[in-house]
Amino acid sequence: MSEAPRERDVKPGRLDADSYLELFSDLHPPLDRHEAHVEADRCYFCYDAPCMTACPTEIDIPLFIREISADNPLGAAKTIFDQNIFGGMCARVCPTETLCEQACVRELAEGKPVKIGLLQRYATDTAMAQNKHFYVRAPSTGKRVAVVGAGPAGLACAHRLAMRGHEVDVYEAREKAGGLNEYGIAAYKTPENFAQAEVDYITAIGGITIHEGKALGRDIALERLTRDYDAVFLGMGLAGVNALGDADAEAEGSLDAVGWIRDLRQTTDLSTVPVGRRVVVIGGGMTAVDAAVQAKSLGADEVTICYRGPKERMKASEYEQEIAKIRGVTVRYGMLPKRMIASGGVVTGMEFERDGERVVIECDEVMKAIGQSFTPEALNGSGPSITLERGRIRVDAEGRTSMDKVWAGGDCVNAGDDLTVTAVAQGRDAAESIHTMLSSGAS
Amino acid sequence: MANLSTEFLGIRSPNPFWLASAPPTDKQYNVERAFEAGWGGVVWKTLGEAGPPVVNVNGPRYGAIWGADRRLLGLNNIELITDRDLEVNLREIKEVKRKWPDRAMIVSLMVPCEEEPWKKILARVEETGADGVELNFGCPHGMSERGMGSAVGQVPEYIEMVARWCKQHTRMPVIVKLTPNITDIRKPAEAAKRGGADAVSLINTINSITAVDLDNFAPEPTIDGKGSHGGYCGPAVKPIALSMVSEIARNPETHGLPISGIGGVTTWRDAAEFIALGCGSVQVCTAAMTYGFKIVQEMIAGLSNYMDEKGYESIEDFRGKAVPNVTDWQYLNLNYVTKARIDQDLCIKCGRCHIACEDTSHQAITNMVDGARHFEVIDEECVGCNMCVNVCPVEGCISMEPIAGVDPRTKKPVDPDYANWTTHPNNPAVWAKEAAE
Repeated sequence: MSEAPRERDVKPGRLDADSYLELFSDLHPPLDRHEAHVEADRCYFCYDAPCMTACPTEIDIPLFIREISADNPLGAAKTIFDQNIFGGMCARVCPTETLCEQACVRELAEGKPVKIGLLQRYATDTAMAQNKHFYVRAPSTGKRVAVVGAGPAGLACAHRLAMRGHEVDVYEAREKAGGLNEYGIAAYKTPENFAQAEVDYITAIGGITIHEGKALGRDIALERLTRDYDAVFLGMGLAGVNALGDADAEAEGSLDAVGWIRDLRQTTDLSTVPVGRRVVVIGGGMTAVDAAVQAKSLGADEVTICYRGPKERMKASEYEQEIAKIRGVTVRYGMLPKRMIASGGVVTGMEFERDGERVVIECDEVMKAIGQSFTPEALNGSGPSITLERGRIRVDAEGRTSMDKVWAGGDCVNAGDDLTVTAVAQGRDAAESIHTMLSSGAS
Repeated sequence: MANLSTEFLGIRSPNPFWLASAPPTDKQYNVERAFEAGWGGVVWKTLGEAGPPVVNVNGPRYGAIWGADRRLLGLNNIELITDRDLEVNLREIKEVKRKWPDRAMIVSLMVPCEEEPWKKILARVEETGADGVELNFGCPHGMSERGMGSAVGQVPEYIEMVARWCKQHTRMPVIVKLTPNITDIRKPAEAAKRGGADAVSLINTINSITAVDLDNFAPEPTIDGKGSHGGYCGPAVKPIALSMVSEIARNPETHGLPISGIGGVTTWRDAAEFIALGCGSVQVCTAAMTYGFKIVQEMIAGLSNYMDEKGYESIEDFRGKAVPNVTDWQYLNLNYVTKARIDQDLCIKCGRCHIACEDTSHQAITNMVDGARHFEVIDEECVGCNMCVNVCPVEGCISMEPIAGVDPRTKKPVDPDYANWTTHPNNPAVWAKEAAE
């Protein structure tokens, strides 16, 4: 006896126009000048500040906050950009609650850290709104560096190299630069096309040429890059999406969350994006939260994040989970995916095992957000092999790979925590390492 | 419940909180609102001679400095004495006093430094039924250029002379309001006393420029591109006022001379501090101008609670109790040895105590112990300066504790007996004395 094909409830335009605007507007509205000054005044200007130590890019946070207090937001912006040229995006997407703001002594004192992220945004927005640039390129060195991937790691590296007087060609597989800033992060975290504005701001330094639509292993080969350039930086991120394995099914409504978010981010009219009435998101990271919250914001009625482990192991921070819950997403823990239920080639539900019991959640769409993986084929298919470690590129403390003249950073290396801010730090530091090498004449 | 009523120079008021001579007391409307709110008295804004009144600038009259969240910390003004007609003021003073007989009504006066104008105006004020007069020898801007206000207050002989005229020409109590824009506040106070004044009030405002506009390079407040120094007041001036009040209170020449305390009084506590230094009333302006008259409710309740807690039934029970404890540096006990103590449970590890001590003081606070961020006092280096207490953002986290036994810094035993600089072996005066013997 077969089940009758169920009417699948997946459609666009569930909300009126104003609701889209509201639900996809800035998650944290920016501080105005007065708010920034009041908040900046809360900073104690700590000695050897714990916030600064907690920042992967080691921004001098007490100093930039003091500059805001002294009504010098441009000075504050420079203090930030000196360490992190993606200071604008990091101000929006950094999990500050687990980094600088967690370390803030006011968190210890009163559970209310200084709003470092919002202050950073105030400073960087001020500079970017005035199109104020702080860096000029050093005299040309005549050296050329190829950067693979125009995401945070690649562009941070390119910017620092350009600053040091080198010429940089950036090869980007997609149509637009920005990497996950453009394709991966939830829309409500970076509205108003900020990712592209930031790419323009960063590349305004000059000496950086971005070649879009050029994928390593397809359009360009590592062998050629190492031959044609004085150094190469690999920052191509993670191209692969982890599979659900046996629990998965070939069915309409079985979606990869990363791809779904990517398409959503490139949509100009959110009312055209279809979404199920009931959506299950499998995973426990930021992607799961971003997918779930955006599905809910598109008008899905019931959205459930199902994470296989316990709450405390969930990779999305407690704060992120909180945001999901406030936005009306249900988060369930200990949900081990067992089987996607489909009928007539259409997803109708997802079966989990929880504490040895079978749990079925009926739904119209299942979004899989169980992590991404590095695909070394492009790399090793295009030149001599580079040593991997736990599935990603192995690098030393300066970002050097096992291959001469080749550095790497960002999500494609094994050293990181898949955060934008870490990618920026790695790109920047690799650039300095490359610059040292190029300056020594060792190439 | 404590009795807050005061009798200052025989002038009764239900509480010691008076509004100082200033814009809040310039007219009947404001003063009646103040009395409705609960103020114990007012010093009516300074009256000048009969005739065309003074004029004020028509641009900004005030400048300010602010703390966090634009909390006003210091205010500066270039306003002159009342710019309303004398007759209107006198009529209103009379009317208000008639309607509010239980409140203190003092009238501030400023006329040229000649006997006749003073005689004239005193007679007019007396007619209103006001309780007393306050001679404005303090206003540091504008009027001082015309030989009045602080121009008088800076010359003790003039103070004495005018005070004497006033005492001759009126039966009303005379309060002399002093300017702080002098070197030694005791001199004008002594002069006032010699002239027969019944009391002094202080401080008037301090010469000040609150800021310089860095776009047009003019002091603030700026009037058409120029600025003039103003008079500074508000919370920022309180420490200066307290010190000056204490100098008069403990000066043998002026000890016991009634004082009305003025300068940054914002809460009951500020007022209580002035009273503890001997003031029989306090005058408030900036706090009222910042927050409105309602603040007196907090002042009344707070002072009353404090007195109840301490068991003081009247203001007189604690008035002047701090005066004997104000002394000269040379009499401070050099055998009183304290060390900073950091309460590790309260410490939030901001490191401010460390860096203050390390960079600017005595290198007596750690920042790292056994590889961990940890702030602890090194007794061998701590001189007990209190700087760490002052920079610590957590109230009560660092305290100064007296020690006994051996001082780890000097390696010498702490002498339990009092000893001061006058007998200290390092004091050259002591050598001289020994040599003479």
